[in-house]
Amino acid sequence: MKRSLLALACVMMLTIGLVGCSEEKKTDAPAKQETSEKAAPASTGKIILGVAGAHSGDLASYGLPTVEAAKLVAAAVNAAGGINGAQVEILTEDDQCKPEFATNAAFKLVSDKANIVLGHICSGATKAALPIYKESNLVCMSPSATNPPLTQSGDYPNFFRTIASDDAQAALATDFAMDTLGLKTIAIIHDKGDYGKGFAGFAKKYIEEGTKAKVILFEGVTPGAVDYSAVVQKIKGSGADGVIYGGYHPEASKIITQLRKKKIMIPFISDDGVKDQTFINVAGKSAEGVYATGPRDITANPMYKVAMEQFKASHDGEPGAFFFEAYSAAQALLKAVEHAGSTDYDKIVYALRNEEVETPVGKIKFDSKGDAIGVGFSMYQVKDGKYVEVK
Amino acid sequence: MDYFWELFFSGLTRGSIYALIALGYTMVYGIIELINFAHGEIYMIGAFVGLTVAGVLTSFGFPAMSIMVLASMAAIVYAAAYGYTLEKIAYRPLRSAPRLSPLISAIGMSIFLQNYVMLAQTSDFISFPSLTPEFAFLDKYSSTIGTSDFLIIVVAAIMMVALTLFIKFTRMGKAMRATAQNRKMAMLVGVNVDQVISVTFIVGSSLAAVGGVLIASHIGQINFFIGFIAGIKAFTAAVLGGIGSVPGAMLGGLILGWTESFCTGYVSSDYEDVFAFALLVIILIFRPSGLLGKAPIQKV
Repeated sequence: MKRSLLALACVMMLTIGLVGCSEEKKTDAPAKQETSEKAAPASTGKIILGVAGAHSGDLASYGLPTVEAAKLVAAAVNAAGGINGAQVEILTEDDQCKPEFATNAAFKLVSDKANIVLGHICSGATKAALPIYKESNLVCMSPSATNPPLTQSGDYPNFFRTIASDDAQAALATDFAMDTLGLKTIAIIHDKGDYGKGFAGFAKKYIEEGTKAKVILFEGVTPGAVDYSAVVQKIKGSGADGVIYGGYHPEASKIITQLRKKKIMIPFISDDGVKDQTFINVAGKSAEGVYATGPRDITANPMYKVAMEQFKASHDGEPGAFFFEAYSAAQALLKAVEHAGSTDYDKIVYALRNEEVETPVGKIKFDSKGDAIGVGFSMYQVKDGKYVEVK
Repeated sequence: MDYFWELFFSGLTRGSIYALIALGYTMVYGIIELINFAHGEIYMIGAFVGLTVAGVLTSFGFPAMSIMVLASMAAIVYAAAYGYTLEKIAYRPLRSAPRLSPLISAIGMSIFLQNYVMLAQTSDFISFPSLTPEFAFLDKYSSTIGTSDFLIIVVAAIMMVALTLFIKFTRMGKAMRATAQNRKMAMLVGVNVDQVISVTFIVGSSLAAVGGVLIASHIGQINFFIGFIAGIKAFTAAVLGGIGSVPGAMLGGLILGWTESFCTGYVSSDYEDVFAFALLVIILIFRPSGLLGKAPIQKV
């Protein structure tokens, strides 16, 4: 009995602690007005770049390169005289990729008067933190949160990202199918798996949202089945003038081989599960002309080399996950402040959407939803037994 | 109507392959009442042997048709050797053991052979050359039935007729039927039962090997795992037709192939397996021993 009383007391104490905490947080809310008022010419003070993400815990390897990138960018900007005369200062907050810590980190950054935020790293944590930034009119840019609704729901006009979202491949594939190839009736096939069906589902959604083409077949195949001739007949019977396939290369190579054997020469468009040399080795001649989306090659970008050199100058080894996305995001944010001439929220957002910035991931600006235009995936086509980027 | 015939032939192709493999299950079950779960792997090994031979012969510049024939023959020899050895080392020592022991042994052999081929070859998919010759007279119907479909259907039909004749009219066939009916009685009247069982495994494995080469050439790729799903489907076909019955395995294979094909064509390929296995359940409810199977006589 005594023990349970003790336990109850402990629980109550903890509860009070929590309540105390959240009340404290609420007092931060008025900071919102301050941030807007602070939109004075930046030349007088300093720019505070908040960096939030997993800096400790098991996912720290995803978050720490972001801090590194932000430091390198800030150092470069400060060495060149700062932004409109103001020096950039970095403020890091750890969220361990946990949503509950992310809200704390966000409150902390807001109360410490960060002007812009680079982060968070994980989609869940980002989603938890975004409403707080939104209330405080803070721009937040993630190098790594790929969850599609973060931008597409339209709930967070203050959110931007320098990485392509999970559905960007599908968007690229459908745009390519409808605009470049001019397909009108499209059959979508997938392998019923999370990845393949997800891709196929987004492709279906995008085609149906437009009016240029329609989906006349949406079906899953069984991975490992003895043959796919019935599905191939169905594609043919449906009168589709193109196939979009979501899944991996073993099934794709079977389907394409059977399509070509039946002399159905319609375009075949797939995802980065198929953009693999094994696919070409297995499908052989049938693979010729197949389209597949794949991650864009950024190593040729001039800023990529600059960022890499900066990193190598002070570190050993490789930069780590999302380093270049984070470097790009820091650059885009600081450049936007420079273009805006102040830390005013609306001006920064306007600059992000309208001014192109040269970054390691390419020359980017952001669309109305917050995704970086020109980042992410390219379309490749098999030519003479190799994937070649379609320009 | 064209669409119907396309699906019909696509189902016939698939069903012929199922039937070829199912014959091995059904014959072995008919003779020693064992479900040889390693049979799918024999089919896979046949395909791999076919690939090796085809690769060597292609580099010597043989024409497609002769490569197909030689590759199939090599596959038959190899698969037959595997089937024979399998029975010798995994099932014969367990012949008087409880029925569960050889079954477990069969599953073990299946896993062993899969991993053996995976380590010896590769776990990746490998491209298989198309060995089907082009038939000029088929060009007119090429949208309905491809040349490799045609080849599969014809070869499977020939193999099945040959098997039926073999069982009906040869001494060995007679011995097999006698052993299937009653092993002890057959032994008493002088049938060499061990030999009959070995021949059963050899014949079943040969059929599966031909199926393996045909399907590999048809879909153009193989890996160490193809035997598993094909084996399960063929086993289903054998049960559907009545396990132990040779015509039943053929019928079961074709029915399963058509079910899958028409279901894909008229409903959705999402439900291919759902329909195939629903059919199995329904038939087993009304005919517990399968379509052409004989209900075992229970002696009290």
